[in-house]
Amino acid sequence: MWCSRVALRRLQRVAAASLNGTGGLTSTMQKEMSTLPRVYVTRQIPPEGLKILRESGQVQFELWDSDDVPVPRKELLQKVKGVDALLCVLTEKIDKEVLDAAGPNLKVVSTMSVGFDHLSLEELKKRLLVCVCVFLPRGIRVGYTPDVLTDAVAELTVALLLTTSRRLIEATHEAKTGGWGTWRTLWLCGYELADSTVGILGLGRIGVAIAERLAPFKVKKFIYTDVAPRPELARAINAEYVSMDELAKQSDFLAVCCALTPETKEVCNKNLFSKMKKTSIFINTSRGGVVNQDDLYEALSSGQIAAAGLDVTVPEPLPTSHPLFTLKNCVILPHIASASYSTRGAMSALAANNLLLGLRREPMIKEIKL
Amino acid sequence: MMTSKQYLPLYVLFGTCEKVLSTFIDLEFLQNPALHAPKIQAILMLAQSPAAEPSLLRLLPSLKVIASGGVGIDHLDLLFIASLGVKVTNTPGVVSDATADIGMGLLLASARKIVQVLSGWKLQYLIYHRFTGSTLGIIGMGHIGYKIAQRGKGFEMKILYHNRNRRAVGATYCENMDDLLRRSDFVMLAVNLTPETTGLIGQRELSLMKPTATLVNVSRGLVVDQDALVKALQSGTIHAAALDVTHPEPLPRDHPLLSLPNVLITPHVGCSTYQTIRRMVEVMVENARAAMNGLPIPNEVKSQ
Repeated sequence: MWCSRVALRRLQRVAAASLNGTGGLTSTMQKEMSTLPRVYVTRQIPPEGLKILRESGQVQFELWDSDDVPVPRKELLQKVKGVDALLCVLTEKIDKEVLDAAGPNLKVVSTMSVGFDHLSLEELKKRLLVCVCVFLPRGIRVGYTPDVLTDAVAELTVALLLTTSRRLIEATHEAKTGGWGTWRTLWLCGYELADSTVGILGLGRIGVAIAERLAPFKVKKFIYTDVAPRPELARAINAEYVSMDELAKQSDFLAVCCALTPETKEVCNKNLFSKMKKTSIFINTSRGGVVNQDDLYEALSSGQIAAAGLDVTVPEPLPTSHPLFTLKNCVILPHIASASYSTRGAMSALAANNLLLGLRREPMIKEIKL
Repeated sequence: MMTSKQYLPLYVLFGTCEKVLSTFIDLEFLQNPALHAPKIQAILMLAQSPAAEPSLLRLLPSLKVIASGGVGIDHLDLLFIASLGVKVTNTPGVVSDATADIGMGLLLASARKIVQVLSGWKLQYLIYHRFTGSTLGIIGMGHIGYKIAQRGKGFEMKILYHNRNRRAVGATYCENMDDLLRRSDFVMLAVNLTPETTGLIGQRELSLMKPTATLVNVSRGLVVDQDALVKALQSGTIHAAALDVTHPEPLPRDHPLLSLPNVLITPHVGCSTYQTIRRMVEVMVENARAAMNGLPIPNEVKSQ
């Protein structure tokens, strides 16, 4: 099973384990510090990852010491000069400008996320390093953090789906602010999962994990669309492969689980929304860029679809003046799908371990093949 | 599509049932009870309204049945109603999926701190406890409890339950409710309200729960000692609560439960989906028809 707890716990243990058991630095090691590979960490990531870097004795690192404010671009371009490795989060665009600023020493980019739309893979592929000892061209190694967050994201997606379809935000608001009078028959009525069709746009680990959690809610049918059929994954959840059009037409609940790529950019637009049911619920916990937000606003305000739940937007955070915030039938969360101490800690540890393995020219735990 | 009124009238017309039941609006009846009262054979009751007070029932000599919406009948004096020769029906099963969904929705929204995040709480100040793979203790294993158990299993939760009887539900039976309270990360209440279950969860029971645990109630407000719950939440005896039912409903605006940051309250929306409300009313009407025509009654509630 894709997200069997055993497999994931195993992975999390591996990710959290320090590669180098020794803690602390001896004076000899301190003397050698200046020759240690240099790492820049673009955010104050959870302590698990920093501990692993610190205790490895393999690297010296500098850190942008904020956990909620991204490093300013100018600072980033300055700090990456000459680094051997970069540990980043999804708010940093690692593109030609950054790679040029970093220079030829850069051997590893490790992102603490499962999405990698912020990494310019084309540019990364182009960088060739010539190893002094063995004249073999090689590119920059790229690590990322899938799987450790699958459970957390799937949970949050189902939570958001229920919150949206059963109008929990409106309901809790009415309870607190005095709108709560005698029960009325059709007040705060939502749409139910029983006997519904759930459509998944982009069937990967997370899509499967979501479907596994929704199945006991008496969902009648799972359908999905993707660039190509995914028979192994689909079999696990008994899902039928359909076209994008059919996904729109048939889904009572449509969950977007695809990566953001040039092909999927704004694929959720008026073309999609116009084909959806008036009673349908749209949920996006993938990347904001997959949705055309103006079209979504139109669809929600005109009743083309019933409601939407978003954990991701463009930009993040979404300015409070954005029209989507004015809609009662739109629930917007500030990208909290992976937010739980254990998940973010595991992501941090995995990103750190990927980085160290990359520098040692060993296979990373989770690597993006360029 | 149904029409709905703020206070559901006694004899209501819903869509297809026009031919079956006569319609009078509340106002007409109140203005001229003597004219209408003798004709009334059925009361359709939603959200305990209209109240089945003796003063009302005695006005209705032809009354054959009170068809209540939903599954709870704690608001009806069954013995008294039976003494008038009037039948009582409810709609079990119909509301189970929607109610189980609300139970899970409250559980998840509470666990992932959705309302707090939307109120501007910073993530670093929110304490998350593990959800997937945690322990869910269900008190009351009827239709709704069973469906909640199934949904919990989708999140690899370990399911414990306490019930008057064992049932083959693929979950671990806790004969002793204290045992369930001690072991659960989430405690879900899905019992009927009876004299035995009134105040079932009080100060003692709350103190047995883990300090990291969440209490969810989709049964009836009176199952919980609300004052004890407020104290337990304020003192950190338990971590959080999520309630679709309270006592009274609505709660007074200044009730402490409405202002505690670790409490989610929804105004009894357990059955509130278009599909379930429609089906519920259809079943209420079927029940009423059967009683009025002297046929076997599908969902009769006997007074024991």
